[in-house]
Amino acid sequence: MTALAHVPTSTGQPAPPPPPPRGGRHRLLPYLLLLPGAAWLLLFFAVPLFQLAAASLYDPAGSLSTGYALTWAFGNYPDAVQAYWPQLGRSFLYAGIALVLGLLMGYPLAYAIAQKAGRWKNLLLVCVVAPMFTSFLVRTLAWKTILSDNGWLVGLLRDVHLLGPDGRLLATPVAVVLGLTYNFLPFLVLPLYASLERLDYRLLEAAGDLYASPVQTFRRVTLPLSMPGLIAGTLLFFIPATGDYINAELLGTPNEYMIGNVIDSAFLVRLDYPQGAALSFLLMAAILAVVFVYLRRAGTEEVL
Amino acid sequence: MKVSRWLADHWVMGVALLVLGYLSLPIAVVAALSFNRPSSRLSYDFNEFTLDNWRQPCATSDMCDAVVRSVQIGFIATVVATVLGTLMAFALVRHRFTGRSGINVLIFLPMATPELVMGTSLLALFVSAGVPQGFWTVVIAHVMFCVSFVVVTVKARLAGMDRRLEEAAADLYASPWQTFRLVTLPLVLPGIVAAALLAFSLSFDDFIITNFNAGTTVTFPMYVWGAAQRGIPPQVNVIGTAMFAIALLLVGLSSLRGRRARRHTLPVAAATGRRAKSPS
Repeated sequence: MTALAHVPTSTGQPAPPPPPPRGGRHRLLPYLLLLPGAAWLLLFFAVPLFQLAAASLYDPAGSLSTGYALTWAFGNYPDAVQAYWPQLGRSFLYAGIALVLGLLMGYPLAYAIAQKAGRWKNLLLVCVVAPMFTSFLVRTLAWKTILSDNGWLVGLLRDVHLLGPDGRLLATPVAVVLGLTYNFLPFLVLPLYASLERLDYRLLEAAGDLYASPVQTFRRVTLPLSMPGLIAGTLLFFIPATGDYINAELLGTPNEYMIGNVIDSAFLVRLDYPQGAALSFLLMAAILAVVFVYLRRAGTEEVL
Repeated sequence: MKVSRWLADHWVMGVALLVLGYLSLPIAVVAALSFNRPSSRLSYDFNEFTLDNWRQPCATSDMCDAVVRSVQIGFIATVVATVLGTLMAFALVRHRFTGRSGINVLIFLPMATPELVMGTSLLALFVSAGVPQGFWTVVIAHVMFCVSFVVVTVKARLAGMDRRLEEAAADLYASPWQTFRLVTLPLVLPGIVAAALLAFSLSFDDFIITNFNAGTTVTFPMYVWGAAQRGIPPQVNVIGTAMFAIALLLVGLSSLRGRRARRHTLPVAAATGRRAKSPS
């Protein structure tokens, strides 16, 4: 099974082997149980992906009102990339920077909760999940208040000269990256926590007894043992962050637009379905490629 | 020396608390802004304290319509997704069958696919099939992305369950149905409830997929999105704060119940509870 599929469970233990089938009556039962859910996923998840692929190859001369013809117009892809490569690149750049920031913040947080929090563990975990109790959009709008030009944060940063007298945070790449980091951090912390929670503290003590420095202990013991959670967490963070366009829209300007903004407007404003579909498919392919390379480099076969 | 030793021991916790502050800051701002009388429609700054927003949460009636619609959609999608997902979880944990890996991939992929791709592909399907977009296309989409999370959540609970309890019930002449109703279901129920709550919150909060498939139907996140261009009514923050408070209350109640249940249950159930928790 995949590591990602285990993420929302804090007890990631493997399922015990299912019991042997007990008779003819039971042979069909699993299929009956699976049928409605699998049919739903096939019909409304898998089939639409093929429809999207088809739409990306429609004749770009068509329109929603006159109808589209499937002309296998592969030219839609290079055309879309040529028109929107800055946004495509920016999606990966912002998501990548946000991921690095997220790891710098999320790893100590997950580690502290798993190993240092003692009886405060559950409370701190609730604090990590708590932001998700309220609406994603409302929280992102709150950042607009926090980062606003006459807010205390900008004032403080200007006073200590980290920002120039006219410097601002809102409507800059900084705001978008901060928003992305904030919004997806819990998805990184939870699987990491699940991995670190199962880490046996005695292993760390043993490393110390064998004269490993704290840095060595971390590199040679803690980090390798937390790898499954780290991989799952980075994927759960990176995939939605790359496809996000809410942060760019609310906290940035068109100069910070990511590929999601372009796809949104292609489908809902410009009604250019072939282009939107091509970009959408391209985004998925690019994410899959990044994830695949990452998983190969991370050297685990447990995931996927 | 003492200070540096203390720092070495506690810096991780210090960083963790700072990060928690970063995570909590927007909620504090949302709560504060729910008591704000904004100076203008497009202002995001705290201006003046007022209770008006809480007294009249529905002053902008569009917003309350959107909240009601989100609750309706969330409710229907949660019921359907929880039933479908629970059935699948039982099949996966309790049965051996061919095609298991294919089913696992089908369940895993929606969780790994960007929402943007799911939203646009579903839009492409509905448009090419000539299905008018609206309330029910949103429900269909929400069920689709909730099912996988339900399966994973219920599966975890089922996998951690002690099969011997069901065998014991059968040994004591319970029929399969009685065993299921009196033993299996009560034990799995917390997993199913957790899955349903997760599904509801995913559905209620979904924007991207909904935005592509809602037609003219306006859910709460879509209302907020639209209002962000025209000026956000402060009542949006009232809804945000109320959602947060309700969720926090539910978490608090469930942890209290869990604590009481642990104190009052039979030794057998307590033992299996412990067994289900401890990683093997």
